[in-house]
Amino acid sequence: MSTQSVTMTMEGSRPEPRRRPKLVASGVMGMLMFTFTETMLFAGLISAHAIVRARFSGQMWPPFGQPRLPVQQTAFNTGALLVSGIALVLAHLAYRKRARQALGPLAIAVLLGLFFVVFQGVEWAALLAQGLTIQSSSYGSFFYLIVGLHAMHAVAAILCLTWAWFRLRRGTLTPSQFGTVQVFWYFVVLIWPIIYLKVYLS
Amino acid sequence: MAQASAATVHAHEHGSHEHKELHGVLKYLWSTDHKVIAMQYLFTGMFMAMVGGFLAYVFRMQLAFPGKSVPLFGYVSPGRYNALITAHGSIMIFWVAMPVLIAAFGNFLIPLMIGADDMVFPRLNRLSYQVFLLSVIVILSSLFVKGGGFGGAWTAYPPLSANAKYNLTPLGSSMWLMAVALEFVAFLLGGINFITTLMNARAPGMKAYDIPMLPWMVVLASIMFMLSVGPLIAGAIMLFFDQNLGTGFYDPARGGDPILWQHLFWFFGHPEVYVVLLPAVGIVLEVIATFARKKLFGYKTLLYTAAATAVLSFFVWAHHQFIAGIDPRMANIFTVTTLIISIPIAEMCFVIIATLYGGNIRLSTPMLWALAFMGEFLIGGVTGIFLGASGADIYLHETYFVLAHFHYTFFPIAIIGTFAGFTYWFPKMFGKMLNDTLGKIHFWGTIIPFNFIFIPLFILGLEGQQRRIYDFQNFPELQHLQPIRILATISLVVMLLFQFVFFFNVIRTWIKGPKAPKNPWHSNTLEWTVESPPPHGNWPPDQMPKVYRGPYEYNHPDREDDYWPQNIPPEREPTPSPAR
Repeated sequence: MSTQSVTMTMEGSRPEPRRRPKLVASGVMGMLMFTFTETMLFAGLISAHAIVRARFSGQMWPPFGQPRLPVQQTAFNTGALLVSGIALVLAHLAYRKRARQALGPLAIAVLLGLFFVVFQGVEWAALLAQGLTIQSSSYGSFFYLIVGLHAMHAVAAILCLTWAWFRLRRGTLTPSQFGTVQVFWYFVVLIWPIIYLKVYLS
Repeated sequence: MAQASAATVHAHEHGSHEHKELHGVLKYLWSTDHKVIAMQYLFTGMFMAMVGGFLAYVFRMQLAFPGKSVPLFGYVSPGRYNALITAHGSIMIFWVAMPVLIAAFGNFLIPLMIGADDMVFPRLNRLSYQVFLLSVIVILSSLFVKGGGFGGAWTAYPPLSANAKYNLTPLGSSMWLMAVALEFVAFLLGGINFITTLMNARAPGMKAYDIPMLPWMVVLASIMFMLSVGPLIAGAIMLFFDQNLGTGFYDPARGGDPILWQHLFWFFGHPEVYVVLLPAVGIVLEVIATFARKKLFGYKTLLYTAAATAVLSFFVWAHHQFIAGIDPRMANIFTVTTLIISIPIAEMCFVIIATLYGGNIRLSTPMLWALAFMGEFLIGGVTGIFLGASGADIYLHETYFVLAHFHYTFFPIAIIGTFAGFTYWFPKMFGKMLNDTLGKIHFWGTIIPFNFIFIPLFILGLEGQQRRIYDFQNFPELQHLQPIRILATISLVVMLLFQFVFFFNVIRTWIKGPKAPKNPWHSNTLEWTVESPPPHGNWPPDQMPKVYRGPYEYNHPDREDDYWPQNIPPEREPTPSPAR
């Protein structure tokens, strides 16, 4: 009984409730949750690739008659994507000082992202010409599935960044919106080195 | 500049019910109100439950009276039988349990229980239902396309599912896969919304441990769903490519691996069981605490237990594959994790029993459903031990024992849990009081036949009867079990007929039921402080609730009333506030 009355006074002495400041803006939080799911999606694909790759241990990989992936060119392209991510970090820092200063670095991030996607497209055209198609082998299937899905995400994220750029120029971009598109682009940038490691170099 | 934009964000995020209330037909098509969306999910889910129940009736009739024309359906061909069981399984899991337990109850109750005017992303919420509705249309129309509906069971194992050469349903199988994928997108959007809302939109004063159990459980379930669904979407894309683009991800002849699908599917499939279990447990806990008139025993224990279940459920998936050719050493590991996961579940049961002990129990209809949930789910849990042990599973795998075990877990979750929640929150949802006598007739008319359906199926399973077989007349050693099959089928028909009592009760209440007060059950949580049914925006903007205590303060010794709502300020304040 006595403990309960102690609880009672403690209950009574709670300060008048006030609305708490948000730890993370809602938009950013929602996008973070979304990227967790996306990370698991890519984890699923990459582990499926690893399992099928393991069936070929001791055999030839890439399978006989299939072209090798352009490892060096893609390493360069990976660098371009990472620099784009760094440009977005700079844009974020500039935005915190004075919003419009972010226009320059944000544009660089968008252009480098576009360069990455176009470069990938050129690479695909070359591989298709060499006979690597989605049906030619499980090697080709996984390559086009994983890299293609990443390219789709990259295009979507670039569209978001472009939208943010226009809103920033008009002065209507809110910090929460900017944070949200940033999270999406960081996801696209950071998942790529893992894909490069597991798909190109395995 | 940055400050100005910060201010606009502030105004923007707090004005989530700035959007106008819509009227007429538009209200039901285009509303962003969380309560309207909850009702959309609820009624769509109930409609799908009727479809799923009808399918069960058709194939059970075929099993009990093989080769005879089924009333209201006609003759069941083997292909049709496969399509029926597949559609029954997928509909009941993906289009009944998930939309009703998570989307309908979550949407309706999370903002009300945490004192928010709406979800954080109302338009995302509307999109979620629209995508869900699209998935409903796709799955239902897939049953009527050329070649018939997909017949590869709800688990869709390749190679049967991967190639039209084997399944003979080129359109049906792709549409099934598409419908499932769309449904996942809908719940992804919903899940993002639930988690963010619980984190950012709670009433002033509501700390983490003042949140009622149901929002916690729905959010934990959403987190689990979002972490487990990725690999299945990956698998589904690969299966779709195998079906339509001529790849060979699951074709061993072309370097693929059919077991790969099983891993990706069950990595999602097992957490999915707990994804639907947790919201049902949340409902049951709310009901039990209210009708036992007692503080929930071990609030934190329960929360941590649920979190432990969520974590453990990611490490048990391969117990579905003991005889699929996985390494026996792996089977050992997964046996151990599977047996461990029964500990948190048992703990939940003990917490419920401890809450009941010494309480002032009122056996109203919702309470009966909640207690039945406990009893029936226990049978499901205990029989799961046999299947989780890899040695016993070799014998029991793919028999009716699995089927009966599964239904003893899933029926309590999806049907009993839903009825507990529906009868409990009906006054709040529709503003009328359901008839208690009719409710109890419906309760007993559902629970008793339910046991007569599935206990016989345990016996059939132990006799070695395999699942997914169209006609058992071709198995002479199983001939003598025909009376048991007929018993199960008749019980199913009786149970389905008793559902009309429920519909009668709802319609009668709708027309001439007594009006419900704000707080008919004398409960503590915030949803009982709004009008029944709640208006658009829930509370008047100047009277948004504040929270002063935990959600389960029943029979507090210093109070005259046996309940103490969360929003009532303490009577004895140490420092008088300026308002007094």
